[in-house]
Amino acid sequence: MGSTSSTLLKIPNVEVLMQETGFSPAHIIRLHDRFKALDKEGRGHLCPQDFGAIKELAMNPIGDRIIGAFFSPGKETVDFHTFVKILAHFRPVDKDRPKEPNSPEPINSRSNKLKFAFQLYDQDKDGKISRDELLKVLRSMLGMQVTEEQLESIADRTIQEADLDRDEAISFEEFRKSLEKVNIDHKMSIRFLR
Amino acid sequence: MAFLQQFALLLALLIIFSTSCKTAMLEVDSAEVGLNYSLKSSAIENISTSTNDSTGGHGSSTITTLPIVIWKWHHVETPYLVALWILTCWLCKLVAELNHNITSVIPESGLLIMMGFILGGIVWGADKAQTFKLIPVNFFYYLLPQIVLDASYCMPNKLFFSNLGAILVHAVIGTCWNAGTVGIALWGCYEGGAMGNLNIGLLQFLLFGALMSAVDPVAVIAVFEEVHVNEVLYILVFGESLLNDGVTVVLYNVFDAFVSLGGPKINAAEIIKGIISFFVVSFGGSFLGVVFAVLISMLTRVTKNVQVIEAGFIIVLGYLSYLTAEMLSLSAILSITFCGVCCQKYITANMDEKSVTTLRYVLKVMANGSETMIFVFLGLSAIDQNIWVWNTGFILLTILFIVIFRFMGVFFLNWLLNQSRLIPIDLTDQFVMGYGGLRGAVAYGLAASLDEKKIPEKNLMLGTTLIVVYFTVILQGITMKPLVQWLKVKKATKSDLTLNGKMNNRVFEHVLTAMEDICGRMGDNWWTRHWNYFEDKYVCWLLMTSDARKHKDPIFGVFHKLNLEDAKKYVNEGESKGSLAFIRNYDNASVDFKKQLALEYADIMPDIMNDMSEYDFGIDNVPVTSVMKNPLPSVSLNVHELDRKSMLNDLSAHHLLDQHLYKSRRDNRPTYSRSHYNTSENPDEMQEIFQRTMRSRLESFKSAKMGVNPAKKLSKHPKKDSTHKPNGKPADPHRTHPYGDEDFEFSADSASSSEIAGHFPRRNTNAPGAGVDNPAFIPEMDMSPPMRNPPWQTETANNMAVAPSQTAQGRLPWTPTNLRHLAPLRMSTRSTDSFAMADASVDDEAPEEKSGSHHTRL
Repeated sequence: MGSTSSTLLKIPNVEVLMQETGFSPAHIIRLHDRFKALDKEGRGHLCPQDFGAIKELAMNPIGDRIIGAFFSPGKETVDFHTFVKILAHFRPVDKDRPKEPNSPEPINSRSNKLKFAFQLYDQDKDGKISRDELLKVLRSMLGMQVTEEQLESIADRTIQEADLDRDEAISFEEFRKSLEKVNIDHKMSIRFLR
Repeated sequence: MAFLQQFALLLALLIIFSTSCKTAMLEVDSAEVGLNYSLKSSAIENISTSTNDSTGGHGSSTITTLPIVIWKWHHVETPYLVALWILTCWLCKLVAELNHNITSVIPESGLLIMMGFILGGIVWGADKAQTFKLIPVNFFYYLLPQIVLDASYCMPNKLFFSNLGAILVHAVIGTCWNAGTVGIALWGCYEGGAMGNLNIGLLQFLLFGALMSAVDPVAVIAVFEEVHVNEVLYILVFGESLLNDGVTVVLYNVFDAFVSLGGPKINAAEIIKGIISFFVVSFGGSFLGVVFAVLISMLTRVTKNVQVIEAGFIIVLGYLSYLTAEMLSLSAILSITFCGVCCQKYITANMDEKSVTTLRYVLKVMANGSETMIFVFLGLSAIDQNIWVWNTGFILLTILFIVIFRFMGVFFLNWLLNQSRLIPIDLTDQFVMGYGGLRGAVAYGLAASLDEKKIPEKNLMLGTTLIVVYFTVILQGITMKPLVQWLKVKKATKSDLTLNGKMNNRVFEHVLTAMEDICGRMGDNWWTRHWNYFEDKYVCWLLMTSDARKHKDPIFGVFHKLNLEDAKKYVNEGESKGSLAFIRNYDNASVDFKKQLALEYADIMPDIMNDMSEYDFGIDNVPVTSVMKNPLPSVSLNVHELDRKSMLNDLSAHHLLDQHLYKSRRDNRPTYSRSHYNTSENPDEMQEIFQRTMRSRLESFKSAKMGVNPAKKLSKHPKKDSTHKPNGKPADPHRTHPYGDEDFEFSADSASSSEIAGHFPRRNTNAPGAGVDNPAFIPEMDMSPPMRNPPWQTETANNMAVAPSQTAQGRLPWTPTNLRHLAPLRMSTRSTDSFAMADASVDDEAPEEKSGSHHTRL
């Protein structure tokens, strides 16, 4: 256990981080190890290239978008805190934890999980998924056998389905509505982060 | 209830007939041929003997004269009896299902067992012995396979594989636990003296425990489906029961081998061999099933030309996988289970949709049929005297132990599973799982196949098994539904099929795998993803036709399904509109058809023509784009548009006919109550017809004289105007008249808003039809609406009172497009055509007569 505390000590503000994300020390250490492994040059932060080096991510059709989600606009690097906070989105919601009335909404709340998914579509950050943005995601996720025409019609239809105010785009509110019946906690949680 | 009685009677007759046939024949047989027939032998059992018998019978009889017809019972005896019994069992099901009040309380399987009791009573009364019974060979070779195949083929695939771990834990470990603990606990009680003096050793107890661990949740699944419990619970119970049967049989065989070996010879090596054999048999069977699944999938790639028997291939090959596994002494049930589960996806993609439906239905028929038979025969078995060896201690303790250990096993295993599950299994779910451990046919089949030489107390075990089956199926089955409701077991959330849901699910999956990659962990998603990758790359290539491969993408699949749904919905909506709403609206709004078409579907109409060319039902060209843009959200396929168009055409045609065919007098029932508006329709029609005939007569006369059609039309206007002048003064009473006002408002509206001829609501809609034969009539139709004192006309009438000379101006708004350019002509014809004058006067009277209240006006 000596190594545990020493690793924790090396991370600045680890208490705050654990408070914010709800991760246990064991999680933090595991993630920190991983972070260091990804950060091959030991700069203390990760660049998109570091993520690109994960070869499985190259097989992921929307891998680039997911990598992009780690980087706030204009920034080329991500430090450990941000890294952990992003991953904290995928912690399962813990039901037994007492709710403190004044505490801010936890990172792994339903709406934050949804927001994460939403921003994967909304690349221009205008708060709306436009038809083009949807088309791009669909193109990357659907096989090549689907023709461009079919793709467009699928996109149109998808928008139609969710678009409540008829502005030909999906706002976050509409996005949330369209997924109302989906158990986001089940779908957007990773077991080992529990 | 009358039905019920009839059926009961019919059943009774059938049973008596079949049994008496049988006994009579048997008596004759044993007397004549001297074959030693045992009354106990079942109809199905004695295939070989009866064939011997019939040949023997033939050989002995020498004919002296040519018989015209012969009574050849022995030729058909066995198949006949089998068919008769199948029929009887199915009729039982029919009777059992007659009353929904009963089936909602007692599950069907329980009811069928009770019907079996009744049948047994009848057989007993007729025969004083059990002449028919379910023998294990028939059960395992002819009744069980299709049930398992059906269950595995209909298994929700994705759910099954994503919960495979939990299912396997329950099916393998849970079953072993049940078998072991029940056996040992019973043995312990026996040693403690709870059962008196029995000739059973530990091994036999373990064997009994093994056969007792087969869970048969037919009743439970039925309840689950009715109540729509959450899908995890459903798949756990369903999957467990399916695999559990296989494991039970394997376990049974292992213990059976131990029993044959005898206690003293068993040492550590044999036990290890037993364990190895358990795994080899189970996994070997499963593997064989997968091999057959691959075979079936590959076969369906090339069966396109023999679509008729396509579905048959799957059934036969599935059955072969069962028999092959049996031949290799692997687990046959596991083999057919995995065969069904694995091939399902590929054959569904490969085969024609019709074949898929056929397969599903045929499997359902076969499975339900044999299930029915099994339960009826389970009930029927109760009349076998030999099996009733009563031992209170043994029976009660068995029931107690199977329930207790079932619960203990389920709770323990679920606790274990919950340690690593993302979504833990609820306590209520666990309780229901435990309670759902009903015992059924497999247990009975295994018990019946016990060897009496090795197990002297076979009958006690068989009897106990039957009691346990009755107890669990009937008692637990009945209490299952109230329990599920009382415990408020989580219901399945009904998820709508949406593109958004599907797409986002996919996005979530990708995100999760990406996150796992980033975290450097190998989780479920890693497996899923890699399997998907492997499947895409190799498995589908091997097992699917290229066409099917193309369309297997889930997002596209959902899209296609949604479109199909839309098509159906659209047709339904349209039909309901066409038959009810559309026409009913007509009464109030006097909808003009073409106008409505033009307004509502103006944006579609042009598209339709374009889309016609792309019309194709194949999935290949879902030529959606152009349609997608149209503002009606429910339309997304060209096919719909075609439907819509042809439907509208049909509709308008029907509608026109419905509304505007003149009714024969027979149809004019005076009591016919419609809205007040329409009550005046009949005189109206008569008037119209009268006018028409008059007009056509005039027309023929005129054409001889003048040869000009338009003249006639114009001739009417001046006359009308003149008649209206006097009528115009009491303008207000006219205006308040409901018919005139309503009617005219519309006609004026339609006249101004669209240029299509024949827009005036009731009479003018005749124009399209009438105009074909009688061109002269069409123009005249324009005349009728003004007769009803429309608002603008009363207005002009008022004006006229002030300045009568402006009549011509006031008249202008009335059907302006038609009349304005004709105005000069009118002047010329007015004075010249005396016939037209006469005609106009007829016309003039028409509206007055039409609405009875107006008579006073003249």
